[in-house]
Amino acid sequence: MAESLRLEIVTPYGPVLQEEVDEVVAPGSEGEFGVLPGHVPFVTTLKIGILTYKKAGTARYVFVNSGYAEVKDDRILILADSAERAEDIDVERAKAAMKRAEERLKRQDSIDFARAQAALQRAVTRLEVVEKARRKAS
Amino acid sequence: MPTLKDIKRRINSIKSTAKITRAMKMISAVKLRRWQDRMFALRPYSDKISEVLQSLAQPSEELHPLLKVRPRRTVEVLVISSDKGLCGAFNSNVLRASRNLIESLRKEGFEVSVSVVGRKARDYFRRRGIQPRKVWTGLSGKVTFSGAQEIAQDVMESYINETFDELYLIYNEFRTVVSQKVVQKRLLPLAPPEQKEEGTMAEFLFEPSEEELFRRLLPKSVEILVYRALLESQASEEAARMTAMENATKNAEEMIDRLTLEFNKARQASITKELMDIVGGAEALKE
Repeated sequence: MAESLRLEIVTPYGPVLQEEVDEVVAPGSEGEFGVLPGHVPFVTTLKIGILTYKKAGTARYVFVNSGYAEVKDDRILILADSAERAEDIDVERAKAAMKRAEERLKRQDSIDFARAQAALQRAVTRLEVVEKARRKAS
Repeated sequence: MPTLKDIKRRINSIKSTAKITRAMKMISAVKLRRWQDRMFALRPYSDKISEVLQSLAQPSEELHPLLKVRPRRTVEVLVISSDKGLCGAFNSNVLRASRNLIESLRKEGFEVSVSVVGRKARDYFRRRGIQPRKVWTGLSGKVTFSGAQEIAQDVMESYINETFDELYLIYNEFRTVVSQKVVQKRLLPLAPPEQKEEGTMAEFLFEPSEEELFRRLLPKSVEILVYRALLESQASEEAARMTAMENATKNAEEMIDRLTLEFNKARQASITKELMDIVGGAEALKE
């Protein structure tokens, strides 16, 4: 059994991450799940959330915007609509997106309600990722 | 014989045209590089998605309406062109190919509907009295994944609603900077993913169910196919524009050379004529 996992995150905009890691926790649509070396083959859908991976004892965070995960032979492959590492997140943009989404939700025009809600969730999650990474660093 | 001033004026006008075409060529070169990067960035994702689809169980037609093959009555052709011109034969190639495809489908007795991406294709079909079922413009130069998703959503819905029974995608595929090729691909019904040979299949756990996963992954792969076609077309457009502008610049330079020669000849002629006049005058005075 291999000692480490190979984590790959790809999006339509290009690969985001390719790294040997010790442990991964990902936001599955049916609940968060953790992956350690030797995990059984597993396929699942992902929701908007935070993916955490540990490498040599330090945790790192990645924002994932829904998609799929495949675990096979100690390799975990994430296919996300978009994904950003904590250090790549544009905080100002996320904040602006959050404000926009909140305003739209307040106006209650139900047509785009679901869309605004998803946008809000994305923005909040992005900020959460940044916050987590920051707390970790200090 | 045009006067010196006329020739000078023409030379100047061609010079400023050459300046514009040269600038356009350079802009296209930069844009081309950007689209090529986007294309390469997408490749791993689309490869991986088909990999995951393959690792799922043997798909059956019943599993998803997008896989279901219906008897063909109406066939839709989705043509991808550009909004802007000045890109050589880029649009006329794809439009000619789509007209041929439409005609041969009609000859076979199918009802044909057309939907188009780009102003050029819209205008072309309108001029020929074909009203496109759906038009997407404003994508040219700013292809985004969400734009592709919108198109994919629409065609998938229309397929499921039986607006048409088969969908062809026709667009310029990017081969190299100097060669683009028009390709036509059947997009719907989706060809079931090829299966790897037996025995290599791992036993997977699925969450949610295998069918549910499959149902969600298939539309995604349609979105990716559309996105990819849009990117290919976009890169081809810039490549075609770059080549066209390079040729235009070259032609302009040749013309400037020729006109300069003509200008010099005319100047010489006028000098000779003046000399003759002076000599003639002097001769007359002598007598």
